[in-house]
Amino acid sequence: MLGDKIFAGIATACGVLVLVILSAIIISLFVGGLPAFRAFGPGFLTNTDWDPVKQVYGAAVPIYGTLITAVLAILLAVPLAFGIAFYLTELAPQWFRQPVGTAIELLAAVPSIIYGMWGFFIIVPIMGDYVQPFLIDTLGEVPLIGALFQGPAFGTGILTSALILAIMILPFIAATMRDVFLTVPGVFKESAYGVGCTTWEVMRSIVLPYTRASVVGGVMLGLGRALGETMAVTFVIGNTNRISTSLFGPGNTIASIVALEFPESPAGSLKLSSLLALGFLLFVISFIVLAISRFLLRTKVTK
Amino acid sequence: MSATLATTAIPGGARDPSVAQSLSRRRHRANVIVKTLCVLATAVGLIFLVAILGTLLWLGFSGLRLGVFTEMTKPPGSGGGLLNAIAGSLIQTIIGTAIGTPIGLMVGTYLSEYAKGTYLGNAVRFVSDVLLSAPSILIGLFVYEVFVEPFGGFSGIAGCVALAVIVIPIVVRTTEDMLNLIPTALREAAVALGAPKWKSIVFVCYPAALSGIATGVLLAIARVAGETAPLLFTSLGNLNWSLDMSAPMSSLPVTIYQYAGSPFEDWVQLAWVGALLITFGVLALNIMARVVLRPRG
Repeated sequence: MLGDKIFAGIATACGVLVLVILSAIIISLFVGGLPAFRAFGPGFLTNTDWDPVKQVYGAAVPIYGTLITAVLAILLAVPLAFGIAFYLTELAPQWFRQPVGTAIELLAAVPSIIYGMWGFFIIVPIMGDYVQPFLIDTLGEVPLIGALFQGPAFGTGILTSALILAIMILPFIAATMRDVFLTVPGVFKESAYGVGCTTWEVMRSIVLPYTRASVVGGVMLGLGRALGETMAVTFVIGNTNRISTSLFGPGNTIASIVALEFPESPAGSLKLSSLLALGFLLFVISFIVLAISRFLLRTKVTK
Repeated sequence: MSATLATTAIPGGARDPSVAQSLSRRRHRANVIVKTLCVLATAVGLIFLVAILGTLLWLGFSGLRLGVFTEMTKPPGSGGGLLNAIAGSLIQTIIGTAIGTPIGLMVGTYLSEYAKGTYLGNAVRFVSDVLLSAPSILIGLFVYEVFVEPFGGFSGIAGCVALAVIVIPIVVRTTEDMLNLIPTALREAAVALGAPKWKSIVFVCYPAALSGIATGVLLAIARVAGETAPLLFTSLGNLNWSLDMSAPMSSLPVTIYQYAGSPFEDWVQLAWVGALLITFGVLALNIMARVVLRPRG
């Protein structure tokens, strides 16, 4: 059975190739970032400078920007995604589910550069002219959280980036939630309805507890997407290497600083190495998040 | 949560009609509020889609003219089109998909037919799923490190390699899912006829799973056609006409990125046209993929 051996050999080789690609990504980013790790040591993680003149580069600001935009995006997107998934599985009339579900999935297919452009030309002016002044006048006056909503209303900044990211990851989370909600056995829901539960009580007391792990997995999947998103963020975050207390302040993320600074980083320079080191850190962060997501989703959605 | 259920289910509460009534009213009010919020959430999601597509039509359609498809990108103020960007995108997407699809197909076959329950198989499946959602900018950096820097600079072929890496996990996912759906009886029938395993896979399983696999490939094309970040570090972009795969190559997303961020009005206008073309191309591919899959459910 020579044919069988060859075919199995090719299939196995391709399977191993996937492992090789992942290892090669990790190793190449680490090796590329090694000069920066050597030059700055552990201080690379806490240094807030990004100074090409003095050749001092630190990762603290991009890491902060990456995490804060992704977490804010999750906070904005999860309630909406839950609402959509709930609507699509329990509330919408049967004939309406397919078209609406498809429309939401199409939102996920729009390329990220389009979100960036749309955000830059449409959302930024709206944020700058209406939303941010409104928030400054209202929430900005509130003690404690007021500091988050102050400063000039440029329209760009952390909050705008988080908003664009939220719109981008919304369909991913909503589609995953819908799929896991559909795995709940009908008898469970019917027995709850049978004792007189309302739709919301069935969702809260039956569906959510049953699917808890997978729902968190779907959220982590969205978080993983938000962490590494490049084009959408680069357009609207303001691209300044500074940690500002206000959510309207500009900032940057690992992905945006890599995209912007790369053209001015000659091969072999310490700057390029620092960018690759940032890439390595981003890979580690998103790998952990995606691994957790896969682990949580494994039980329910594997078809 | 279970407390609410308990109080409503125990007849004790119902003995006092006024208590039972107010409780029931509260529960139904909560239900109506949540339902309304969910309808609103769905409406918001749909509004985003309509707003994005509407903006693209509004701003992109007005700049759409024949020159966009027949002229090269030109310096600001002198018109020009997107021909080199469109051609570059088509070439890189096609070659990238052509490299990635066979590999992804074989990996999917390996996972479904050879590696069920094995340690290596589970590792490959996990890693492929992680790659599926890995930040695409890192795939660009990776190809830059192992391909662009050692082999003499930015090139179209490097862009294809980066896109192929993105294609693989998408094809793997759909191929494995589709092969898993094929009934064992079909495979057994092939084996009973004396077919070796590879023949039963290639001539029985693949045709049976064809629509699903085609869906995966279409989705992969749709995904990489709009990728920008990985191309920034690999094929770089090129404002001139070039079909040389070893030279920097233009692509629609990278051109949109450069033009949209520029201060020139006609460049921004062209960026909107490019955005319109790419978005509707990608959405058409997505809808096609759904139509292809439908006959077999």
